[in-house]
Amino acid sequence: MRGTDPLVELQTDLHPPLSAHEAAVEADRCYFCYDAPCVTACPTGIDVPLFIRQIQSGNPHGSGKTILDENILVGMCARVCPTETLCEQACVRQTAENSPVKIGALQRYATDVLQAESTHPYQRAAATGRSVAVVGAGPAGLACAHRLAMYGHSVTIFDANQKPGGLNEYGIAAYKTVNNFAQAEVEFVLDIGGIEIKSGVALGVDMKLSELASQHDAVFLGIGLGDVNAPGIDGESLKGVENAVGFIARLRQTQDYKSLDTGNHVLVIGGGMTAIDAAVQSKMLGASEVTIAYRRGPEQMNASEYEQHLAQTHGVVIRHYLQPLRYIDNGSGYVASVELEQMSVSDGVLTGTGNTTILQADQVLTAIGQKLQSAPLEGASLELKGNRIVVNADRQTSDKKIYAGGDCIAGGDDLTVSAVQDGKLAAEAINRQLA
Amino acid sequence: MADLTSTFAGIKSPNPFWLASAPPTDKAYNVNRAFEAGWGGVVWKTLGEDPHIVNVNGPRYGVVYSADRRVMGINNIELITDRPLQVNLDEIKQVKKDWPDRAMVVSLMVPCEEKNWKEILKKVEDTGADGVELNFGCPHGMSERGMGSAVGQVPEYIEMVTRWCKETTAMPVIVKLTPNITDVRYPARAALAGGADAVSLINTVSSIVSVNLDTMSPEPSIDGKGSHGGYCGPAVKPIALNMVAQIARDTETARLPISGIGGVTTWRDAAEFLTLGAGNVQVCTAAMTYGFRIVEELTTGLSRWMDEKNYSSVESFVGLATPNVTDWQYLNLNYVTKARIDQDKCIQCGRCHVVCEDTSHQAITQQKNGQRYFEVIDKECVGCNLCVNVCPVENCITMEQLTTGADPRTNNNISAEYQNWTTHPNNPMATS
Repeated sequence: MRGTDPLVELQTDLHPPLSAHEAAVEADRCYFCYDAPCVTACPTGIDVPLFIRQIQSGNPHGSGKTILDENILVGMCARVCPTETLCEQACVRQTAENSPVKIGALQRYATDVLQAESTHPYQRAAATGRSVAVVGAGPAGLACAHRLAMYGHSVTIFDANQKPGGLNEYGIAAYKTVNNFAQAEVEFVLDIGGIEIKSGVALGVDMKLSELASQHDAVFLGIGLGDVNAPGIDGESLKGVENAVGFIARLRQTQDYKSLDTGNHVLVIGGGMTAIDAAVQSKMLGASEVTIAYRRGPEQMNASEYEQHLAQTHGVVIRHYLQPLRYIDNGSGYVASVELEQMSVSDGVLTGTGNTTILQADQVLTAIGQKLQSAPLEGASLELKGNRIVVNADRQTSDKKIYAGGDCIAGGDDLTVSAVQDGKLAAEAINRQLA
Repeated sequence: MADLTSTFAGIKSPNPFWLASAPPTDKAYNVNRAFEAGWGGVVWKTLGEDPHIVNVNGPRYGVVYSADRRVMGINNIELITDRPLQVNLDEIKQVKKDWPDRAMVVSLMVPCEEKNWKEILKKVEDTGADGVELNFGCPHGMSERGMGSAVGQVPEYIEMVTRWCKETTAMPVIVKLTPNITDVRYPARAALAGGADAVSLINTVSSIVSVNLDTMSPEPSIDGKGSHGGYCGPAVKPIALNMVAQIARDTETARLPISGIGGVTTWRDAAEFLTLGAGNVQVCTAAMTYGFRIVEELTTGLSRWMDEKNYSSVESFVGLATPNVTDWQYLNLNYVTKARIDQDKCIQCGRCHVVCEDTSHQAITQQKNGQRYFEVIDKECVGCNLCVNVCPVENCITMEQLTTGADPRTNNNISAEYQNWTTHPNNPMATS
């Protein structure tokens, strides 16, 4: 039950699934727009009016199929997509009455129906004898692998973690993906057949990109951003200071929340979804005070307005225009507080004001962005831009045999749904290339 | 509060809203509740002869929904009362005694023999009821036994039975007509010829509302089989309005009082029936969907509108729209309109564009300067109104009359002169 035991809350769906009745009422609200703005706003181009009309006409299976045709990992997207800034923001009912059709919830309704069925909705084409290596079993890699398998290619996914799923498994707040959904969705994807996953195998450590490229007909890199940014300030090595990504991964993998080493006064540094996920979960884990410090204003936060509200309604304090200067030792190697500088913006340039403040913190979680690991790409000469892999519209890198998608490519928007789209487009292009 | 009192065919009631002969008026308990809620009158559920008929013991109703499961139409296979005649008569007498100011009309259906009708009329007279309604309308069940719409579909029978009744009783006789005919004016004229004091219409429309695709049975399904039923509710209102207007503007029946029935759900529906010539209205499906309390909306809504329009009585606006119902051939072909889209109200759903593009005249844009933008192309717009009909936002798209210049579509100058098909040069039969 939401709102009672925080630990229970952590494992309770943030957005409970719609009942059949709720779905019917909501589906009736869709206007079946022409050239619908919601479709345009969807990074993976799901035919929203059609899938809602299929729910309305009592065909949730067909509805789920319409969605999966464009996005095989839609179950997770339905749970984590910031729909309020994507499809629902574009919904004409938002324009008309400030109340969009609940597209995300309807999407989940339809795909839950389909994914609960025992038969996988897609069939593999006859085997082509071609093989493709996919690096990374996250949303981009899984989407790419599924589409390739559908065309009859044989796919091997190499993943550095012990469990497949990527950020779906390790990087998203628990309350967004309850009941081990990430693994259930991986199994759903693999049900098509023709995909082998090799876990615990890291590119650049256990194998080289050049080897993969020579052993397979094509390679898809869905390696995400394996490194984290750090503020580069004094005291980073103090105990109690860690990266939010690692914290969330630990939290997601534990069987016993109480065994987690969590703070009482938690300071989260950053302004994106990861910061929110870390802060809200800290609160649910029992921290008495959780503060997010962000160096810019609310409009610049990457976390959506909805996510900011979510944090605030869970008792998280968001403080803007604060940048950490140093972490302060409690005398025995643990962080005790953080000194931050107040920032201001003039002519669009962020500058320190010189005024500082000290916030008590026995745990600091930094969430100021991630960056591409260098090891996996060693030896390959892929064109990079801003520390990310450059791809063309087909998600093909400067090496014609190597494709990439998801967070590791330049120009991405760090969304699960966009990663899925990248994987799908790359698979289509690879399939054409191998034809 | 406007004066809503009504006198219909000599029968007085505090408002023009009666409950139609149907399940809601089956017995004293329901009718008492209806009168407590404020209904002006009832037409008691149709009485027949003993031994009383029996109903099916399975579902009696099927339904058609619009979005959000709103009831648009109900189809029923229920027959006339399934209680002994005397039980009904006793209850009618008591209820009329308890509610002397309300209209109590009794619906009747007996075999098409003079003595049967005369016998039951005597019994009804004894209850003190205000009038009778001859049920020549029900299309299901009883029609198989030569009653209901089986009579209503033969004008000669209507006239004959009406005459027997008028010869027998001093009570006002209302003849309820079936819509399951070709031209409603013939049965209406027959009722008038037989001496009817009024007609009431429409009764239900013969219908199958749906098929169960698992069992392959029509709904409502009785042990795997279905029979056609009678369709009613908002979905049939347009059929009813037209039939009311046909009778109201027929030279023979123009003065015959009409009780309007068919999908009346709001005060506005009622006002429409009245302005087309009905003297009062009867309601059933709306009550069966929402309960009797809707009468509060009906009375307050009608009253508010009458005050606003300065109509002092219900009679004062009955039939005001009737003269404006005409034949197609008399419509003004020089009346030119174009659709106008209010960009401030437009929510950009694009349905106006796609329906015009796919199914009409390609007269609405979808883009302007690369942006989503819906605008009427006057050169193509025939003024059909489809875009207005499909737009989800009220008054976002409206029709505007062109009064000067030329119609950009035809290049014909706009003429203020009235011209119809009877005089149009393209009409080989043109009279001038």
